[in-house]
Amino acid sequence: MNLAALPLLDQAVLVLAAMALFSAFALLAQSRLLSAIHVFAWQGALVAAVAALTGAASGDVNLYISAAITFVLKVLLIPWMLHRLVRRLALERQADPLPYPALTLLAGAAIVVFADWVAAPVAQFEHSATRNVIAISLAIVLLGMLTMVVRRQALAQVLGFMAIENGLFLAAVASTHGMPLVVELGVAFDVLVAMVLFGVFFLQIKDSIDTLDIDRLSQLASSVEQDEDTEPPR
Amino acid sequence: MDRVLTLTAALLQPLLLLAAAPLLVAWIRRVKARLQNRRGAPLLTPYRELRKLLGKEAVVARTASPLFRIAPYVVFAATLLAAAALPVLSTLLPGARVADAIALIGLLGLARIMLTLAGLDAGTAFGGMGASREMLVTTFAEPALLLVVFTLAMTTHTTNLASMAASTLAGDSVLRPSYMFALAALLLVGVAECGRIPVDNPSTHLELTMIHEGMLLEYSGRHLALMEWAAQLKLALFAVLTVDLFLPWGLATRLSPLALLGALAALVLKLAALGALLALGETVLAKMRLFRVPGFLAMAFLLALLGLLAHVILESAL
Repeated sequence: MNLAALPLLDQAVLVLAAMALFSAFALLAQSRLLSAIHVFAWQGALVAAVAALTGAASGDVNLYISAAITFVLKVLLIPWMLHRLVRRLALERQADPLPYPALTLLAGAAIVVFADWVAAPVAQFEHSATRNVIAISLAIVLLGMLTMVVRRQALAQVLGFMAIENGLFLAAVASTHGMPLVVELGVAFDVLVAMVLFGVFFLQIKDSIDTLDIDRLSQLASSVEQDEDTEPPR
Repeated sequence: MDRVLTLTAALLQPLLLLAAAPLLVAWIRRVKARLQNRRGAPLLTPYRELRKLLGKEAVVARTASPLFRIAPYVVFAATLLAAAALPVLSTLLPGARVADAIALIGLLGLARIMLTLAGLDAGTAFGGMGASREMLVTTFAEPALLLVVFTLAMTTHTTNLASMAASTLAGDSVLRPSYMFALAALLLVGVAECGRIPVDNPSTHLELTMIHEGMLLEYSGRHLALMEWAAQLKLALFAVLTVDLFLPWGLATRLSPLALLGALAALVLKLAALGALLALGETVLAKMRLFRVPGFLAMAFLLALLGLLAHVILESAL
């Protein structure tokens, strides 16, 4: 209960981490793609702010650099690319509501509890003041996975994937004051390349089957035709 | 002497809230009118409406049971009792010793049950629809409200509203993520409970989507006056609850005239700001479809739950 004993910067880090957790929930529940992209951008901004504040608290210059990289990449570049992709695929007005919103959100809350339980022993060995953020970042990672599971829209799944990366970055920043800059740059580049590949891939999918609904991908086009026959020839 | 003073203060606080409730409603209407480029009605209009209604004859439907006549008094009394559990000006509140936040929610629940029963009683279609919608909203709003109270109780170690405010006043100023979530949840729940936009539209009458008005359609005269006044008091109650829990600065911790005056000034300022915020929200937002209300309140529930989790994860394990 000695939250008041923490310096103000660390308190702010805790608040921002909690807001990032909320944005993970918002990403999970947001049915409109454009709004989901905005939520993702906000999550990136929050994570970047956590990195910058941790940098200010520890005086580590590397953290400022990774905060800047995160900001440029996750708040500006990737949301902009996703925006462009959504416009090119003409998905602006398409809503992809969750099948069971209340159940999914409760599952999300259960995930947060689970993440706290898993992270409790890890947090014990950690001596930094913001060690509890590990539980939060683990929850963000798991919520990103849940987003990928429950969403049918391929672009929403990409957002879940990127949210996982946000969670990992948050964990690295909060627990060990960031990864080495080389690793940081590598991961950032990977995410960017993944984004470009996703874009190309989606355009291809859209061209060939005219939808990005993942449920339609579970069957081969020829087998769909076969199902319509009464008895497929063997 | 001291006891007399405390008791007087305890009796005066809910009455003060009762007297100020129409003014708060008038202020919200005024700000809303200004935002919509209208001049708006004078601030005394709700008082005049209440006086007019109190002077009129109360007409009761032939099919109505005695419950229909009793309901306005029960609703009014329960809301007033709930207001007595709330520190309005000072945290020295004998009423708070008897009734904590959970009792307050229970009293509001009693008022709501009587209101819905009365809405069903006359047997009109609108009354039944209003009652069923009110129950739909309540089913989702009440758990969220309780969770908000529990979140705060985990930090302050009490469910007594006066001690909650006092302990927030005495503690250091700390950024608490759980409070942030709880505040957001309480604002959403308050909007739903008080029947404001985007859940219900307070300024329309005879609209197919009405909730609160639907249950009051059969009431007239002093019955209607009591119902309206209770609704206004409920709005003021939620506003004071919000500022008590999250912005208690300015509340008097002892009963000197100067401290009480300061508390009154602070309260007026805070309620005016909160009312203006509500008016702004009502101007910007459109009323949502009824079947989206559960989603809206599930959001409030989720926020409250996150507040609870944030407290456990981020604040207590340190």
